[in-house]
Amino acid sequence: MSVKTLTINDTPVAVEAGATILEAAKQAGITIPTLCHLEGVSDVGACRLCLVEIKGINKLLPACVTEVAEGMEVQTETAKLREYRKMTVELLFSEGNHVCSVCVANGACELQDMAVTVGMDHSRFSYRFPDRPIDISHPSFAIDHNRCILCTRCVRVCAEIEGAHVWDVANRGEKCYVISGLDQPWGEVNACTSCGKCVEACPTGAIFHKGETTGEKTSDPGLLDFLVTARKKQQWIR
Amino acid sequence: MDKIRFATVWLAGCSGCHMSFLDLDEWLLELAAQVEVVYSPVGCDLKIYPENVDVCLVEGGIANEDNLELIHLVRKNTKTLISFGDCAVTANVPAMRNMLGGAEPVLKRAYLELGDLQRQLPHEPGIVPELLEQVLPVHEIVPVDIFMPGCPPDANRIRATLEPLLKGEKPLMQGREMIKFG
Repeated sequence: MSVKTLTINDTPVAVEAGATILEAAKQAGITIPTLCHLEGVSDVGACRLCLVEIKGINKLLPACVTEVAEGMEVQTETAKLREYRKMTVELLFSEGNHVCSVCVANGACELQDMAVTVGMDHSRFSYRFPDRPIDISHPSFAIDHNRCILCTRCVRVCAEIEGAHVWDVANRGEKCYVISGLDQPWGEVNACTSCGKCVEACPTGAIFHKGETTGEKTSDPGLLDFLVTARKKQQWIR
Repeated sequence: MDKIRFATVWLAGCSGCHMSFLDLDEWLLELAAQVEVVYSPVGCDLKIYPENVDVCLVEGGIANEDNLELIHLVRKNTKTLISFGDCAVTANVPAMRNMLGGAEPVLKRAYLELGDLQRQLPHEPGIVPELLEQVLPVHEIVPVDIFMPGCPPDANRIRATLEPLLKGEKPLMQGREMIKFG
């Protein structure tokens, strides 16, 4: 096993070659904010919250998909990064229709928590108020696209853990949204096993159990990590 | 020292933030001792927003011509304008009509499609204020000095915002207790 040594916020860290900066930081006890990262599934660098500064590279790189290299000097808490993170969260809020007060996930939402973490007390960007649909065709679950931040955690958990690949992403830019099946109503997608992993993976109130009302959703992203550990290591631990 | 001239206004919101303000209970007596309430739907009976206001809590987003006129007057006459609650800060629930398009589809939906008897659009110029095309947060219309999110912000958050202002200091709006939305 080869080891790379680097510094994160001037702290020396030794980590297995091939690890990401996010993994190295976690090992060193340094928290980097994330939204699209989910333990147990692959990383895609979609949310841009984990951007870090690396000496000698003049652009910011996402820690979750950037491999460590020997001698790397990483900074995760500069004034510039804090400002960009706050802007990123404000953009997420202004892009969709996030009305916390009437959301199933109020009080148990990673986006809402992230707003507190980055110190967002209002959005400096104008709200877009896009016209987005809600799909309640599935017998047990529903998806409200107004609350979707396109993290694709549902896509990855369904494809990589459940192996059903019901979810995917269609279109680009402001027209981008997650689709079920071949852009069919969720309830008509035969591939869906109704396992509910996407509900647990969703960081916001976009995918929820039918019948949940304001503030009633409690997602459990740790369940997915548990399943992966159980499958790969035969260890049923949480 | 002159008393702080204190006001609250209620724009496009449900009045829940004002109810939460009343939840301050006995601290309201302390507040009343330190401020002069010069305009407020829950604390005073004056109908015209006065000049030289020191601190104003603004509940609600900007949804109609009346809200628009009042918020400009509030800004002109107020030193510290506080966006009070999620409707003022984000436009919140009132802005859910924005997804329908403009004012016309909203009025048609409410008064024609869903109306039972005497279906007609409200039209009383000078009496019923016209809806704006979109409901907007306060800071998209006028500059705001302090943002106090929450639906509603609870009494502790309101007190923690107002107390420093009474001493001439600016409150620190950070952390879950002070800025959580919803």
